[in-house]
Amino acid sequence: MKKFLSGNEAVARGAYEAGVKLAVGYPGTPSTEILETVAEEYRSIYSQWSPNEKVAFEVGIGASLGGARALVTMKHVGLNVAADPFMTFAYTGVNGGFVVISADDPEMHSSQNEQDNRFFAKFAQIPFLEPSDSQEAKDFVLKAFEISEKFDTPVMLRMTTRVSHSKGIVEENEPVVLPEGSFKRDMQKYVMIPSNAKKRHVVVTERLDKLREYSEKTELNKEENNGSKIGIITGGIAYQYVKEVIPDADYFKIGFGFPLPIDKIRKFVDAHQINLVIEELEPYYEEILKAAGIKVEGKKYFSRLGELSPYRVSLGMKEAGIINEAYSAEIEPEQLFPRPPILCPGCPHRGAFMALKKLGVAVTGDIGCYTLAVLPPLEIMDSCICMGASIGNAIGMEKVKGHKKGVVAVIGDSTFLHSGITGLLDAVYNRSNVTVVILDNRITAMTGGQQHPSTGYTLMGEPTKSVNFIELAKALGVESVREVDPYDYKKLLEVFKEEIEREGPSVVITNRPCVLMPKRIMDKPHRVILEDCNGCSACFRIGCPAILPSKELTKRNRPKAEIDPTLCTGCSLCAQVCQPEAIVLVEEPVVR
Amino acid sequence: MKKNTTNVLIVGVGGQGVLLASELLSETAMSAGYDVKKSEVHGMSQRGGVVTSHVKFGPKVFSPIIPYGQTDLLISFEQAEALRAVDWLKKDGLIAVSTTRLVPPITAGGKFHYPDDPIADLRKKVKNVIAIEADKIARELGDSRLVNTLLLGVISTRLEFNNTLWEKVMRQKVKAKFVDINLKAFAKGRELAAKAAE
Ligand SMILES: Cc1ncc(C[n+]2csc(CCOP(=O)(O)OP(=O)(O)O)c2C)c(N)n1
Repeated sequence: MKKFLSGNEAVARGAYEAGVKLAVGYPGTPSTEILETVAEEYRSIYSQWSPNEKVAFEVGIGASLGGARALVTMKHVGLNVAADPFMTFAYTGVNGGFVVISADDPEMHSSQNEQDNRFFAKFAQIPFLEPSDSQEAKDFVLKAFEISEKFDTPVMLRMTTRVSHSKGIVEENEPVVLPEGSFKRDMQKYVMIPSNAKKRHVVVTERLDKLREYSEKTELNKEENNGSKIGIITGGIAYQYVKEVIPDADYFKIGFGFPLPIDKIRKFVDAHQINLVIEELEPYYEEILKAAGIKVEGKKYFSRLGELSPYRVSLGMKEAGIINEAYSAEIEPEQLFPRPPILCPGCPHRGAFMALKKLGVAVTGDIGCYTLAVLPPLEIMDSCICMGASIGNAIGMEKVKGHKKGVVAVIGDSTFLHSGITGLLDAVYNRSNVTVVILDNRITAMTGGQQHPSTGYTLMGEPTKSVNFIELAKALGVESVREVDPYDYKKLLEVFKEEIEREGPSVVITNRPCVLMPKRIMDKPHRVILEDCNGCSACFRIGCPAILPSKELTKRNRPKAEIDPTLCTGCSLCAQVCQPEAIVLVEEPVVR
Repeated sequence: MKKNTTNVLIVGVGGQGVLLASELLSETAMSAGYDVKKSEVHGMSQRGGVVTSHVKFGPKVFSPIIPYGQTDLLISFEQAEALRAVDWLKKDGLIAVSTTRLVPPITAGGKFHYPDDPIADLRKKVKNVIAIEADKIARELGDSRLVNTLLLGVISTRLEFNNTLWEKVMRQKVKAKFVDINLKAFAKGRELAAKAAE
């Protein structure tokens, strides 16, 4: 049957058709929907969110050792977290097939960097496959499992945002029937003490030779001959863009990206007058080909920054002299105001940042919706490196007395459980004076609302234990642990102030749920009494999308404020900072 | 069946239902036998940012992203967002735009300005503009979230797919309890487009 699926949905379907028994990961754009789809549509697969990618990867290894096919999903930076098991699992190899999805984010639509994880596969010396659309995403998952078992190796499937989040037509098939696998004790293979690991490293290099041979033969690497003198070497989504721009060139399309089929590509290049390597991000193919003495050009014409597109490919093609005209606008573009993403009306993170701004402390930040506090008008976050970094950053800055007014780390609930616990332990152990604010909105909001170990539910919807942040912090040795309502501005100021002044580490937990997930929270809205509004703009400065400049101006020509009753959730923070008390509750019912 | 690829760009602001609209259009084109691809970026979209969805259909579609300047149909659920995307349109392309006006808080500071009359600006640049008070009509129909199917109804008059096909897809893809009201909004959109053409 034909279905219209995103790349991520297609990967989930592929896992189902490949007979995967266990699927595990940690959310992260653009990978998140893979496991969500598995949990929703393919209930025969056991699926779970782990607290972070390292644990997820290790759970996947366990399933593979147990003889089952395992799928592990994460975004590109997730593989940094999982790098430790990843690098050594490459040595042991698998029992049941093992595929890790690395969903890269060229252009950083929703990421802190745009690292090119094709290098990661080469680094670990394991094969990677790179689909260019949804159909291939599904097919390649099946192929990846076959390769994994045939060559006894973990395999990486490298997705990118445009493959993960674009939709295309996919032909669905019935799942394969696999013999039941089981654990086979093999200490020399799976216990990586140096004496065993040394032998396994030999196996890894021998395996690489076999994979190289396979790469020369597999249909995953395809030649397309249209009788052109122009040869294009490309793979992944870039293939689709180039086909859009010059459909009639000859193509060498790479689907099996490590090790590359050097001999085949050399022949292809020899048969063409002009040879271009077109790849997104780093010159990964290009460097390998050039090192093999193959004459190609690539990054000379195509940027290594950001994602490609038909437009950007056409610019490079023009520069390379292949086409005469790049795509261009027929209608003049318009310069407009920006519309940056912004904390939602009623977002429980807002109050904490209003208070921190008032206190003038240094704020080491972390990753989640709350990172939006760096943007105007709040502009109160001083660092954001990777998940969990806020606490370590704060400890270091505080040790060198980097900021007179103190250092506060802010971290979300999911992020704290992902990699903040060890940081907090460090703060206790090393007698740090930091204050750690856990912004507990009881969900992984940034990535669209996933469960985690403190929400009380698993990915498959089963009720489970929920970790208690207060008990946890106390168990780590934090003496002062307090909870505060983030809709109470005065209290926030008071609690933060006390905790920042206190000797030793302290933890403050804000305790309101996300207003969007798991259910929409909409209390009675507020409104502005225009006669009382003096246009001071204090409410504008809290950056709430429900508060807009009104057409009515003050005597000094400043816009008064207006509240959109269909957006306002009634958190009341704006009313709390309104000196003339012009913001009041709406009493009559509102149609939203 | 047409030989060329048709490129449709749907834009709006997070929460306006851009993704459902592009999904309905894509599924309809697929039911009609076309190859279809669509692309959008999730992630920050829920937080009030711009949402853009590209839909391409034809005998064989390669890139899921429309080449710059090659859009046949631009659908915008917000006035200023149509203006932001206008350079993606072909000169003889068509715009269907809702008069919805979502002024972001960033314009409160005085540094940025929301255009006074984006629709007038559009008309200066493009011949074929259908502007619909979709917000108002949707609310009259009972739910402000119907803006998306209303505008789909409008552009459906410029596409070759028949009404039965659209309806079949809507029945499959829209949540059961919202099907009827969405069909009503769709029909209203067709009616308005016919009027606009007169
Ligand atoms: C290593 C890594 N994994 C995943 C992500 C994607 N990601 C960014 S923030 C985040 C979690 C946010 O949840 P939480 O800390 O609870 O904050 P909220 O968004 O709910 O405010 C995730 C999964 C990432 N950036 N890095």
